[in-house]
Amino acid sequence: MMVPRVAGAGRRSVLLLGALLAAFVAAPFFVNDYLLTVLILSLYFAYIGQAWNIMMGFAGQLSLGHAIYIGLAAYVAATLFTRLGIDPWIGFAAAIPVAAACGAVIGFLAFRFGVAGVYFAILTIAFAEFARIGFDNWNLVNASSGLFLPVTQYAHNDVWRLRGDPTMFYYVILAATAVAFVLCHLLLRSRIGYCWLAIREDEEAARAAGIDTFRYKMYAVTISAAVTSFAGVFYAFFYNNLFPEQVFGISRSIEIILGPIIGGVGTLFGPILGAFVLTGLAETLNFVISASGLDLPGATQVFYGVCLLVVMAALPDGVWPPLARRLGVSGDVK
Amino acid sequence: MTLLKLDSVSKRFRGLVAVDQVSFAVPQGAIFAVIGPNGAGKTTLFNMIAGAMAPDAGAIVFAGEAIHGLAADAVCRRGIARTFQLVRPFPALTVEDNVLIGALLHRHEVGAARVHAHALLARLDLLDKRQRIAATLTLPDRKRLEVARALATEPRLLLLDEVMAGLRPTETDRMVAILRALNRDSGLTILLIEHVMRAVMALASRVLVLDHGVAIAQGPPEEVVRDPTVVQSYLGAEAD
Repeated sequence: MMVPRVAGAGRRSVLLLGALLAAFVAAPFFVNDYLLTVLILSLYFAYIGQAWNIMMGFAGQLSLGHAIYIGLAAYVAATLFTRLGIDPWIGFAAAIPVAAACGAVIGFLAFRFGVAGVYFAILTIAFAEFARIGFDNWNLVNASSGLFLPVTQYAHNDVWRLRGDPTMFYYVILAATAVAFVLCHLLLRSRIGYCWLAIREDEEAARAAGIDTFRYKMYAVTISAAVTSFAGVFYAFFYNNLFPEQVFGISRSIEIILGPIIGGVGTLFGPILGAFVLTGLAETLNFVISASGLDLPGATQVFYGVCLLVVMAALPDGVWPPLARRLGVSGDVK
Repeated sequence: MTLLKLDSVSKRFRGLVAVDQVSFAVPQGAIFAVIGPNGAGKTTLFNMIAGAMAPDAGAIVFAGEAIHGLAADAVCRRGIARTFQLVRPFPALTVEDNVLIGALLHRHEVGAARVHAHALLARLDLLDKRQRIAATLTLPDRKRLEVARALATEPRLLLLDEVMAGLRPTETDRMVAILRALNRDSGLTILLIEHVMRAVMALASRVLVLDHGVAIAQGPPEEVVRDPTVVQSYLGAEAD
């Protein structure tokens, strides 16, 4: 007995999504290498934003240390690959439980002992920093000198071993983003999704309605961490190098959350839109700066700050909800 | 048969005794009111029954089981649902989703929960507003929404914390009619905290008067309102 809020909104959403997917599938045939890299980066952030959104947007738990799940998964898959020759998808299968367990530990400590709100956010930062310092001094993973994956020329793309040209990586991250989108859509419509929304809206009222809030917050942090882990595997095999400072750094964790905030926290399409808006504009800015021959280190960060300020002031719900109303589709701000 | 029994329940906050050895019993199917001046400890009493806080001493027995010290969600699963004095619907969610979340307690399928939610929304005159965002409702609507969400958990005992406060007389009468119908049709036991004596007199079969955390009177409403202690400590002050 689904009653769409706007008549025809459901069908229009499906049409819009179909058109978008078709455009994404066709994109590599029309763009140059540089633009393809920008698209890969955008999808990468869209994917992570979607995963982070499960915790913050759905369950209302602010994580400022999501880089820990990316980093852990990246190191697990990369180490298995370089040391034992284990293929990345099997490495991914190993990275999921590692990231999920890490999320469960952080979640348990916080939720069991009533660490909430800002204090929870600080706890997540602390864990990411522990990981950064730990990996910086762990010789098995080459400590601060970094882990490198062998780069050789391949005759053809090998999806199973994640070795190939950017077009292959593009389709891999596109598929992952699509899967994450569908997963989040299903989660949001399920029992677990409604319990998350209740907790996000008012935890005490949720408990009074019979929801075991501890259990559902644990689901949120473990599922979010598990979904995030794929981004780590992708990162390792796309960039072929890992440095603790780069993957676990606080700036990484902040970068992750900008997309969903700009696009619209708690919406399904917000993280995707936000990632594209932000990455697209930042790359344009870089392009303009380098074309004009200026040297402005940190310009991107300043730009991110300005974007955040503008969106916060003008569109506190993010760009997507008002845009969705304009397009006549469901803004899915639950 | 007694559904809820409190035995010498006490709660203190630092030095202050908020609830002092309060005992009473709510029979199955009754509408029982707790009245008293502001700060008498009524909401504290409710919070202890609902599991939002544990009593320092005493026992709370619901349907034969000691429930004091259980968490709020565990209490709800045993069949006690509550509303909040300052209404707390899930603000950004639709009216329908608010009630659906309550209905999920005893239904695994979202679809089945939605069907149940619709039935309750119809009962509380909210069906035509089901797609509205809860935060945009008027206070009387939000109050009825909270009642609907609580009812969706299919309680045997409904705790209502000043559900009439801030309502106009016509709205109060509407709420009274709804509650009376619920009690009559499904045998729902209701325990309410109320300041609006008009509603108390119309609904309750038994009244407990709290003052400074102490139960100073208990009995049928028409007896209690004539009790000199009650008139002096509470009703008299109101009449000024």
